[in-house]
Amino acid sequence: MTDVDQRIVNAAADVAAELGELPPDAPRTAPGIGPGRWFATTVLPPMVLGAVLLGIWYVVSYLVLSPKKRFLLEPPHRVLTEGFLDWDSFSEILQALWSSTRVAMIGLVFSILIGFAMAIVMSQAKVVERAVFPFMVTLQAIPILALVPLIQFWWGTGQTARVMVCVIIAVFPILVNTLFGLSSAEKGMHDLFTLHNASRSTRLRKLMFPSALPAIFAGLRISAGLSVIGAIVGDFFFGKGDKGIGQLLRKFANDLSGEQLLASVIMSSLLGISVFLAFGWLQNRVIGKWYDSAGGGGR
Amino acid sequence: MTALAFDRVGMVFPDGTRAVDEVTLTIEQGEFVTIVGPSGCGKSTLLKIASGLLEPTSGTIEVDRKNLGYVFQDATLLPWRTVRQNVELLAELHGIAKAERQRLARAAIATVGLSGFENHYPKSLSGGMKMRASLARTLTLKPPVFLFDEPFGAVDEITREHLNDETQQLFQAEGFAGLFITHSIPEAVFMSTKVLVMSARPGRIVAEYEVPFPYPRVPDLRFDPEFAKLSGEVSHALRGAHQ
Repeated sequence: MTDVDQRIVNAAADVAAELGELPPDAPRTAPGIGPGRWFATTVLPPMVLGAVLLGIWYVVSYLVLSPKKRFLLEPPHRVLTEGFLDWDSFSEILQALWSSTRVAMIGLVFSILIGFAMAIVMSQAKVVERAVFPFMVTLQAIPILALVPLIQFWWGTGQTARVMVCVIIAVFPILVNTLFGLSSAEKGMHDLFTLHNASRSTRLRKLMFPSALPAIFAGLRISAGLSVIGAIVGDFFFGKGDKGIGQLLRKFANDLSGEQLLASVIMSSLLGISVFLAFGWLQNRVIGKWYDSAGGGGR
Repeated sequence: MTALAFDRVGMVFPDGTRAVDEVTLTIEQGEFVTIVGPSGCGKSTLLKIASGLLEPTSGTIEVDRKNLGYVFQDATLLPWRTVRQNVELLAELHGIAKAERQRLARAAIATVGLSGFENHYPKSLSGGMKMRASLARTLTLKPPVFLFDEPFGAVDEITREHLNDETQQLFQAEGFAGLFITHSIPEAVFMSTKVLVMSARPGRIVAEYEVPFPYPRVPDLRFDPEFAKLSGEVSHALRGAHQ
């Protein structure tokens, strides 16, 4: 909080005190956490654990595995030099990663469009919800691995098929969360809109959609992660066509290139993490000002 | 002039619960009538019927529903809107032009003493401040009839008394007709021109008290022996109604 903000809050608290009421977030004592404490309690613990894990990694590479079997888990510095610093292999990883990212993002966009459209229709007509929902649950219950061969059988291994894998696993969380969110406005608020003769579309735009935003963002974060997984899984099982990170993982595993394999795994997880963080940031930008636990993760 | 009239209104819910029975009451313009009654006696149902949110199963209601003020039990502020945007909501729903609804909102916010908090979001307001914002929202359209559904039930005693004083002043200044629902006998006697006592389910009006104290009523009226005596009578009637 900046000084100006603090002054405003203090002024507000004074006025509130005059009115005989204190806002719940009025500062009562100065916050006592200095930068040193913050470092010790927030930054240090994950760093320490990270160092411990690296240590275990080294122990396994050098002490547990015999030199003949060391290719199963190459030590961290080898992963760094062979996987990341060797431009030939790293550029291959980056290219594949970009291909998978593109598929995942297109899949996510379609998931959002389809999920929103279905949720809005379902929220407006209960009969549609009752008709569609069992099939959505069924689709969700089929393991994606069972569907990939079928998709390949019908649509081949091109972009369309890849995006379809993403949509099938990513659409459900968006649909369910949006649907749940659209019905989350309190009854009293609906009564208020009813009393003032709000039309269906006004109610949807000014009441149901904004109150659905926190749930929608929770769904978005889950779906974004699933879409990345879908892009990788699809690519892995198609095994041909535009080369994504899935095919690359399989290739490195077959070639017994442990360093590159681990580098690819790390890059894939970085992709998942950045997508998750990006949506967290977006959520904070859009609803952080008014929603209480924004940034505190999904439901 | 009659602002609101119930004529032998009855309400039986589809599950067979008789919520209210044969309720007849009339509120003239400039009258402030309070209904006190035990929990679940159908007090809120009466307001829902008056506003048209519920259709009664018998009897008739006479009220102009084009501009009816309704203050809910909860503040029902939209959390994604600031105080100002919340207060503007009703004018917005009625298609009033932007400049005009901003003017209405500013005036209403000043009336309830929330000036300076226009850009706050509901999450940073106390319970009492939320209720003020809710009241301001209703004030923007200047409704001639106000329905209050236990609006101050969730705030602390001191804030409640403040809000009672202010609502009473507001009623005095604007001259609207009020139908106020509450559990609190002091609140009822302090603000009203008339107090009605409702029985347990099915709700019936079982007693009626005219409140003789002139307006404006000062906070110290609460310690007046006459005030205590009237409150006592209402309390006795309520106790009888509970059995």
